[in-house]
Amino acid sequence: MARKITYQQAINEALDQEMARDQTVIVMGEDNAGGAGSPGEDDAWGGVLGVTKGLFHKHPGRVLDTPISESGFIGAAVGAACNGMRPVAELMFVDFMGVCFDQIFNQAAKFKYMFGGKAETPVVIRTMYGAGFRAAAQHSQCLYNIFTHIPGLKVVVPSNPYDAKGLLIQSIRDNDPVIFMEHKVLYTMEGEVPEEVYTVPFGEAAVVREGDDVTIVAIGRMVSFAQEAAASLQKKGIHCEIIDPRTTSPLDEDTILESVENTGRLVVVDESNPRCSMASDIAGLVAQKAFGALKAPIEQVTAPHVPVPFTDALEDLYIPNAAAIEAAVTRVKEYR
Amino acid sequence: MSEIHMLTMPKWGLSMKEGKVNEWLKGVGDPIEVGEEIVEVESEKIAGAVEASVAGVLRRQTASDEDVLPVGGLLGVVADAEVADADIDAAVEAFLASFVPPSDDDEDSGPTPEKIEVAGRRIRFLKQGDGGEPLILVHGFGGDLNNWLFNQEALSSKRAVYALDLPGHGESSKDVGEGTLESLADTLLAFMDTVGIDSAHLAGHSMGGAVCLQLAAKAPARVGSLVLICSAGLGEEINGAYIDGFVAAQDRRSLKPLLAELFADTSLVTRQLVDDMLKYKRLEGVGTALDKLAGTMFADGRQQTLLTGVPQGLGKPVLVIWGEQDRIIPASHAPEAAGLVRVEVLAGQGHMAQMEAAGDINRLIEGFLE
Repeated sequence: MARKITYQQAINEALDQEMARDQTVIVMGEDNAGGAGSPGEDDAWGGVLGVTKGLFHKHPGRVLDTPISESGFIGAAVGAACNGMRPVAELMFVDFMGVCFDQIFNQAAKFKYMFGGKAETPVVIRTMYGAGFRAAAQHSQCLYNIFTHIPGLKVVVPSNPYDAKGLLIQSIRDNDPVIFMEHKVLYTMEGEVPEEVYTVPFGEAAVVREGDDVTIVAIGRMVSFAQEAAASLQKKGIHCEIIDPRTTSPLDEDTILESVENTGRLVVVDESNPRCSMASDIAGLVAQKAFGALKAPIEQVTAPHVPVPFTDALEDLYIPNAAAIEAAVTRVKEYR
Repeated sequence: MSEIHMLTMPKWGLSMKEGKVNEWLKGVGDPIEVGEEIVEVESEKIAGAVEASVAGVLRRQTASDEDVLPVGGLLGVVADAEVADADIDAAVEAFLASFVPPSDDDEDSGPTPEKIEVAGRRIRFLKQGDGGEPLILVHGFGGDLNNWLFNQEALSSKRAVYALDLPGHGESSKDVGEGTLESLADTLLAFMDTVGIDSAHLAGHSMGGAVCLQLAAKAPARVGSLVLICSAGLGEEINGAYIDGFVAAQDRRSLKPLLAELFADTSLVTRQLVDDMLKYKRLEGVGTALDKLAGTMFADGRQQTLLTGVPQGLGKPVLVIWGEQDRIIPASHAPEAAGLVRVEVLAGQGHMAQMEAAGDINRLIEGFLE
């Protein structure tokens, strides 16, 4: 049995192993070393939550602290990628994408298309997302859907430590810009992770659980809530199939459609706000391509259309949970 | 026997914490013989049957189909027909009152695999039991020590039983050297040297059987006896489409139908089994290792190294076991039973007989080693 490590350790290990394998891999971001070059301890931080801690001394000169200027350092990472490096830049919170979005969607995502397929931009932008951390409206959003909208970007949303390591290694080796979304509440999640190097391919959904009654497509942190709901529903005789797309771009449409062809019922669980979300995207896909198989309306379990509240009680209400998933599954199962 | 026997959720493998009751194969009131399958249960990794270790009558089914129980949880009760219902109820009550499900903290308890350096390679192995002349279990192509999940503990009551990951497999080094039967047998011999085993009984499955044959041919003094299960090395035929497909398969869709070829009961190919195999195949170096092994041993869809003379020529007891419906290596490869060579062909079984017919195979091996 493989040893157990956390989601955060899995990400650190992927960075460490790829930096050891490939000298062109560099890590950069705010406080990624923390204290480097200034009086005091080097490698004091490893990013705001310590994900890159320990890499500074193992890979001298290749873990770079950057100024608090996302537009500047994300642009620098994109430029370095165009010039033969494989940078992994850390955008501390995805909520800050606004200040560097031009570098991502109008530069990195476009180069391959604008230069006749000859330009490659192997940059990875790691970024934290998600509510549940008591970090309020400006540090808690779930924005993978916005990146998913942009052709030229690949978007990775790991739900567990095993996938986090394998998908990050795949991201670093991929020759296109990759947005790697890390849910901050998942950092402490433990799971079996091989010590050896491995990759998980993009565009291959995981079937987390098999069942014939209702398909649940859940993304990121929502996968564990869906598992909780499915375990409870099993006791009531409702068998759920849970699909974790793992990457929202490319999206493994086949696995979702095949499952719905079998169950005829779909619940999509997405922590984003509901409008123009992965939930609405997947619901649209299934409504168009598996319409004949549907036995009930598609349910979407999402956050409401409001910013993430600051108050604990309201934040808890905001986040989709197992009870909401269970209720949605029950509704589609009982629909006549 | 007049005792009350508690039938409990088995622990198959180190990571198993709980299991689900799939189906009762015996009803309350049914007579039970030792070794009979009573109930089928499923862990997140694998499904299998719980067999009776005592004879009697199935008196209670305390768990129902679909129930999920922790390891050690009460499934049912076997006792003689004469035992009073009140005594059984009292025993169930006492059991439930004192039962403590294993917590996550218990994870480190019990035997865990170790990793050692063997002739420059990292080799993972699991040892269970102590004493006697040791038994070494050698898995087949693409397998690992978990292929012996249903066998190792059962066989370890009278002796030390080792199961290892061959190079290129499991959590051992993915460097397979020349990728020949000789190189794998040399590693097995070096493993015996490293852990300090002079002589052992060797049990090999499929390609692992050929590795054991090769070792026996080279160093007969190191071998007490041989158990060959659906073994390679005894004939030219092999399912080349399976080998090539398995080496090439990169995703669930292509892998699942191939793994189904291994089993007589294809429902055993669970999502988890396929996922675990994919996880193995995605480790760096595994693709190269499998490609090399297949290229040297099973090129052009036939077995390249034949060791057909070894069982009879060895002068040691040899037990050959085959699943009659083996779709990877045909049961017709089993040698003639003569002299020290014994042959058992199991009706209705496939290539993974040691998993599917674990109880039968454990009894055959146990009896053979006595």
